[in-house]
Formats: sequence, structure tokens, C-alpha cells
Amino acid sequence: MHALVQGLILGVLTAGVYALMASGQTLIFGVMRVVNMAQGAMVILGAYLAYQLFVSFGLDPFLATPITTVALFFVGVAVQWVFLRPLHADDRSQLSVLVTFAVALLLEGVMSVVWSTNDRSINTSYANDSWTVLGYQITAVRLWAFLLSLFALGALYLLLNRTRLGRAIRASVQNPESARLLGVEADRVSAIGFGLGTATAAAAGSIYGLLYPFNSGSHYDLISRLLSIVLLGGLGSVGGAAVGALVISVSSAVVAATVSPVWSEMTFFVVLLLVLLVRPRGLFGSTVRGAI
Amino acid sequence: MRRFAGPARAVVFFTVLAALPELGLAHWVLNMLVFTLMFAVMSSAWNLPGGFAGYPSLGHVAFFGLGAYAEVLWFEHNPIQTGYEPFALLPLIGIGVAVVGLPVAALAMRTRADVFAIVTITLLFITQTLAFNLRDLTGGAQGASIPPAPFPAAGYEQPFYLVLLALLAFVMALTWACMRSKVGLSLAAVRADEDKAAGVGVHAQVVKLLAFGVSVGVTGMVGAVWAYYEGFIYPQFAVDPLITVAIVLMTFLGGRATLWGPVLGAFLLELAQQYLAYSLGGSQFYLIAYALVFLVVILLLPRGILPSTQDWLRKRRRRRAIDSASGELAFSGLAKGDQP
Repeated sequence: MHALVQGLILGVLTAGVYALMASGQTLIFGVMRVVNMAQGAMVILGAYLAYQLFVSFGLDPFLATPITTVALFFVGVAVQWVFLRPLHADDRSQLSVLVTFAVALLLEGVMSVVWSTNDRSINTSYANDSWTVLGYQITAVRLWAFLLSLFALGALYLLLNRTRLGRAIRASVQNPESARLLGVEADRVSAIGFGLGTATAAAAGSIYGLLYPFNSGSHYDLISRLLSIVLLGGLGSVGGAAVGALVISVSSAVVAATVSPVWSEMTFFVVLLLVLLVRPRGLFGSTVRGAI
Repeated sequence: MRRFAGPARAVVFFTVLAALPELGLAHWVLNMLVFTLMFAVMSSAWNLPGGFAGYPSLGHVAFFGLGAYAEVLWFEHNPIQTGYEPFALLPLIGIGVAVVGLPVAALAMRTRADVFAIVTITLLFITQTLAFNLRDLTGGAQGASIPPAPFPAAGYEQPFYLVLLALLAFVMALTWACMRSKVGLSLAAVRADEDKAAGVGVHAQVVKLLAFGVSVGVTGMVGAVWAYYEGFIYPQFAVDPLITVAIVLMTFLGGRATLWGPVLGAFLLELAQQYLAYSLGGSQFYLIAYALVFLVVILLLPRGILPSTQDWLRKRRRRRAIDSASGELAFSGLAKGDQP
């Protein structure tokens, strides 16, 4: 019982980070119908940037987040502008999977040249702090990471729902043709949407670097989880991504705590397959475009 | 004359390839050709559901791994004497993998296009995790091995090469038959608009499952040959995402839904890849170069080499026809009105 509750706590805290990564992923899909296979690599790039700032300037990863976020926003805009914009509309959905996969390989190659392929981890002074509440252990890093994730998700929510830009993005998600007729510049919104998606990856990257050791090949692991989460939640739905992250993260943490850590990886995929068996479009995915 | 151009091309192609090992090529060349043939077979197989039916699977390497482990596990308990037993097992492995693939396909093919690609890639990761975790069966990260083939060192690659060549002939014959029959039309209809196709009486469910089953069966057989060739297999290589990417890229490069496209793509790309791997060594620059080739191909030739050149040739022929027609008109004096 104790192990189960401990697993639940850990699962909920970890879910925040995954929700953040997945919200970017699903936003990119919503705006552009592009499945971004490079999202995992972007997260790892964010982690490396936070690591470098920490090692070179002693900057705390939490404080480095604004810098890495802005940097990756521009990386995302550049990727969209150079690689995705020229694709033909009629087979964009298939080709974009391949193009973004190639971008992931490119990033992996560049990161392993710059930082080598050894495992890196960010060891802050508070890395091992933890509290014990009612007999359950809560580590400081995980709690702060969870709060930062919530904060970033909140900022994303406000941006999408309270600003002109957000309205333009949501309009393009719901109906690209009408949005264009009303004066929304599709190319610019796509670029900014992609940039926002990768920016969330940067924020998640600092946190990921604090929580786990990582190397340039870690992105395969991440992207497989991210894809499961967004498929579970329903592609294009930000709320669905959060719920998907919670379901998958909690179930795998509980399996790790009660059965065996070896099989917790599998939980992701088993949950996903079960959901797809019943609902091929995911929990919150709609057959009509436009759930965000 | 044109009727015989296709079969003649195939006969020349296969005769040349079958004769190649007799030329006394170096081992590294033959080794390279063995891998090229493996990818040619797998790309051609991927082309059936991926190119013709429009279901781009990113999980094919899961079935490659399945075939590889099936081969290794079988010969843990059964001795190899002549060296040809593992090849005799191939049809059985092909059928077995296809049978495993069908229910998976029935589930995954409820989704389409990009979502299908993602569902199949999760399949890849499931298989990889299983290969790592089912230690009693697969040996986990320590790997599993098959007794080495008792072939003479001088022509060691030759049996593998010929078996793969036969597999290539098999899958290309299937593709050819499919392109000339109702199955090919049905697959094209599924790719264009599955709901409408089903509406006008195409057995969409049957043909797409058939294409997927045949495709993964052939892929499993290649996996089995690979395992026997390598002798020692590890989960990270038997179920390697890069193999999936290579298969897909080769098909895209040569041209989807064409007979020769995947073969052309495999020969160009696998040879280039081997060259890059040799010249840039194990360094990570290799990955960067590969990714760049990948990006350039898709951005410049989104439809593949064969369809693009065919378009260009057709356009040129038409232009020539128009030029000569208007030339004749001008000559006969009928086009006088065109002159100012």
C-alpha cells in the first residue's frame, strides 16, 4: 500500500513534465497537422543548453529556463521555415513525419559531436533535498519541477486564450481556410506555433536534465513516450495531452513501484493499445479538427 | 516491343546480380551487396502497404526482429549440419510473422496516415522493450547467438547473397502481379480515399491486411537471414529504429508505388551509407551526413527519382510532339496566320 501511494505521488509529479512536452507536441499537430518526431530531441537539446549554462556560468537550471525557451523558440521557427514550409500540402502529413525524424537525427548527431555521447546530469546543491510527509518521500527537485511545469502550462494556456496571437492560432487549428480569409497569415502562425511547441520542449528540457541523466540518444526513449501520450489524449488536444500524461505517468510509476521497474516502460504502450482498441482517435481527439 | 521491355529489364537485372559473386569480388564488396539486397527486399516489401495502400508503417523493423529471434531460437535446439537448414526454415518464418502481423495490422489500421505511422512506431518500441526484458528467451542485452554457418570462408557470403536475391525476385514478382491485377487497383483506391473505395465495393479491409501481412512476412524472412548472417544478435540492432527509417527513406527516394523505385533507392542509399560509414568512421558526423542526405532528398524530390524523371521524360516527349506537329503545319503553309 505504501509503495502504491509513493508510486502515485511520483507519477503525478512526473506527469507535469510530460504534460509540458506533450502539450507542445500536440500544439504543433493542431496548428500544422505535423507530427513532430523531433520533439524528444528538442527536449534533450534544452537539457544540454541548461546543463551548459549551469556548468559554464553556474546558472540555476530553473532560472536558465527563460533563456533556453527563447533559444529553442527560434530553433523551432527555423526548422519550420527551412524544412516544413516547402512541403507540398497534399502529402505533408506523411512527409512531415519523415522530415522531423531527420531533424531529430540531425540534432542527435550535432549534440553528440558537441557534448559527446557520455551521460550528463545537472547536479545542483539541492539535488538530494527531500521532505518526508506522512511517511512519504517527496524530493525537492521533483516538486519544483512540477510547479514549473504547471506555471509553463498556465502561461501557454493564457497565451492561447487571452491574446490576439492565441486567437489566430486557435482559428488556424479550427479552420485554416476561414482563418486565412479573415486575414490570419498561415505561414507566420505555423512558424510561431512550431516555435511555441519547441519552446515548451526547452522548458521541459531543463526539468528533465535535473531529474534524469541524459545523453544524445535519450530522445528515442522520450519520443516514444510523448507519442503515446498525445495519441492517448487525442492528437491536437492540449487538455488531452495533460490527461494522457497523467494516466500514463501514474500507471507506469505504480507498475514500477508494485511490480518491477523493468516493466514500467511497457505500461505506456499497453495503456495506449488498450485505448486505441476502443477509441482509435484517442480519449479527447475529435474526428473534426479543432479541439485545443 | 514495349511489351517486352519490362520483363527483359528484369531478366538482365537478375542475371547480372546472380553472376556478380562469380567475379571473385572482395569480401567487403560482397558484404556490402548482401546488406544492399536486404534493404532492397525490405523496401520493396514496405512499398506494398506503405506505397500502394498509403499506410506508412514505421514499425516494420519489429517484424524484422521477430524473424531474427525466431531463427535464432529455433537453432538453439536444432543442430545445423549442411548449413542450409536455416534457409529451409524461411518460408515457415515468413508465414509465422505474417500471422502475428495480421491482428496487429487489424488494430493499427483502424488509424490512418500520420496516426498510423505513430501507432506502428510505438509497436517498434514495444518489441524492443520485450526483446530487452524477456531475458530467458532472448538473452536480453547480452544477446543471443546461432551456430556459425559451415560454409567455406572463400565464398561465405554467396549463399546468403543468393537467398536474398531469390527473396528480391519473389517480392518484386508479387509487386508486379499486384500492379497488374485488381488488388493493385483496390490498393490505389484505398490510398486515394478509403471510405469512398469501401462505398463502391472495394474490399478495403481485406486488401490492406493482405498487403500488410505479405509485407511483414517478407520483412521477417530478411530478419531471419540477417540473424544467420551475423551469428550474434542484440536487441538494439535487431530492433533498430534506424532500419525502419532507412527502409522508408529508400522507398521515398526511389519512388513510392513503383516496381523499381525501392530497389533503386536501396542501391543508391545503402551504398552511400556504407561509404559514409567507412569514410567518416564511427564518428557522429556520419549521423549528421545521413540526416542531411535524408532532408535534401525529401525537399528536392518529394515524389522520388523514378516518378520525377518519368514526368520529365513524358513532358519532353509531348513538347517534342507538339514542336514537330507545329513544324509540319508551318511547312505545309497552314499555320501562316501565326506569322505576324
